[in-house]
Amino acid sequence: MLKDQDRIFQNLYNDLGSDVASSQKRGDWINTKDLTSKGRDWIINEIKDSQLRGRGGAGFPTGLKWSFAPKEVVSRPHYLVINGDESEPGTCKDRDIIRFEPHKLIEGCLIASYAVQAHVCYIYIRGEYFVDGQKLQAAIDEAYEKNLIGKNAAGTGWDLDIYIHYGAGAYICGEETALLESIEGKKGQPRLKPPFPALIGLYGCPTIINNVETIAVVPTILRRGGKWFASLGREKNTGTKIFCISGNVNNPCNVEEEMNIPLKELIEVHAGGVIGGWDNLQAVIPGGSSMPLIPKEKCETLTMDFDSLMAEKSGLGTAGIVVINKDQDIIKCMARIARFYKHESCGQCTPCREGSGWMWRMLERMAKGEASRDEIDMLGDVTNQIAGHTICAFGEGSSWPVQGLLRHFSKEIKKRNKFDPIIKEQKDIPYLVDQHLLDKNA
Amino acid sequence: MSLRRPAKNQPENFEFNSSSLEAANQIISKYPKGKQQSAVMALLYIAQKQNNNWIPLAAMKYIGKFLDMPYIKVYEVATFYTMYNLAPVGKYFVQVCTTTPCMIRGAYKLVEACKEKISESESELSKDKSCSWMEVECLGACVNAPMMQINDDYYEDLDKEKTLKILDKILNGETPKPGSYRGRINNEPENNRKTLMDLKNA
Repeated sequence: MLKDQDRIFQNLYNDLGSDVASSQKRGDWINTKDLTSKGRDWIINEIKDSQLRGRGGAGFPTGLKWSFAPKEVVSRPHYLVINGDESEPGTCKDRDIIRFEPHKLIEGCLIASYAVQAHVCYIYIRGEYFVDGQKLQAAIDEAYEKNLIGKNAAGTGWDLDIYIHYGAGAYICGEETALLESIEGKKGQPRLKPPFPALIGLYGCPTIINNVETIAVVPTILRRGGKWFASLGREKNTGTKIFCISGNVNNPCNVEEEMNIPLKELIEVHAGGVIGGWDNLQAVIPGGSSMPLIPKEKCETLTMDFDSLMAEKSGLGTAGIVVINKDQDIIKCMARIARFYKHESCGQCTPCREGSGWMWRMLERMAKGEASRDEIDMLGDVTNQIAGHTICAFGEGSSWPVQGLLRHFSKEIKKRNKFDPIIKEQKDIPYLVDQHLLDKNA
Repeated sequence: MSLRRPAKNQPENFEFNSSSLEAANQIISKYPKGKQQSAVMALLYIAQKQNNNWIPLAAMKYIGKFLDMPYIKVYEVATFYTMYNLAPVGKYFVQVCTTTPCMIRGAYKLVEACKEKISESESELSKDKSCSWMEVECLGACVNAPMMQINDDYYEDLDKEKTLKILDKILNGETPKPGSYRGRINNEPENNRKTLMDLKNA
């Protein structure tokens, strides 16, 4: 288990309070000026040395992302945007940072803004987190009052304004370009890339977008050194990470642990074990709903980091672990996830807009045993027509969980859905009926 | 995508009152000059708050003029995002999360409770017109599942019985205490905490 002094988020459970004074006791804001006085290159290099990878799901190296920002500010201002539109089912880590460790985030914003030469930072928070956003706003107000941000922020000589922008219930706005569209006051529909936001982003200006957790760990990394961070976990999968363990466990919780920790340890030690015992485990979704599930056999030895999960054809994503035990109907669980994606598709690309509904309808029927045998292949075919054929990664995100189900549980589906579609008597089966009209009654 | 339609009965006019106006101007100042369109989402929230928790078409037209942007662009935004209510909802607006992590911990029991206490089908006002409920997608409190949101507040770690009690309270016009209903502190592992123990005991 990770030593307590190596945990970055000391106030994860709000034992200590989240105001400036108590945050300073934990080490926030104590020498911000010294950190920035070492210069932009030092900051970016230190982050590169730490091998910090973005905590929002894709795992892109943060130092590299920052180095894409233009070196000189020419005619267009630079922006820093923080992505707190946490909507991935299974994930609730940013919420705890926003409400209990706001000063880690605000200080991180200052350092990151300095590194990418931004004077304005927008923090995008999902609209449902209104109460938590108010807490962050209170922390921002206090930081302004103490001159930690604003003109000559924290004595660094850098001017920084931080504003909160609330979303309004659209999962897709967690996609970085959709998030920019949303801040610009439009529908949250993703943009084509390239051009990448680092060159043409918010209002057409260079913009760096990072997840809340990524930014919040930056000050600690700089204080303790990139080498310290890199010494935790393993090569290219370094540092600590907040894991959210939900679903059928005895003590669902958020916990900060080292990368590369065995999944079994997370579930058994921190979350108090699977309900009904380890043998009652059916499958685990390791990184938020868009990552393919992993069956029990593989959970024994699985370690939680970007690359080892990739090797299992899944991914760490946001590290939202959903544990599903044998009391649950796995097809029904996946059908519910498919319904989530059907609901949240932005409607811009046809494969995703139509395909997400198809997947949901087919899975609902499979859960009830109303699908025909050949539909299992057809469902696989639909997922392949979505993944990779859309503007943003939502296409992959919606089809991966279904592919995971087909990969590991096709026996279960076949057992339940075995009739032959050629049988003409059973005309009541809504095989090609447009079922979205049945949405609420399904 | 979700299908969202504006209400049939629409008021003729809408205007910000003085406190909304002040809040709106403050929000516009957050964004660069000429980019006032960015404030449209926040202004829709303000309109929603002023107008009993829903947004009439007149408000969208008003906001369009207010921000110097076409009405259709405001309409697009208001219909795209699901947190803008386009038809009247109750004074207590109950949203039950039923996405998988909540579902496998019994979120549909909460839905049953809502059906018993508030109304048979979702988005339908209760008899006294004070409450309405609906199923929503992930609210981002998965380790506190099952949970629901009433207006701005989260009610976590629920079961059917506790939900019935909460609903009784709001039907009586009281506002129940938000947070966990199993008495646990935030997101810590209940009775099983292994980390940061020095701080807990300090």
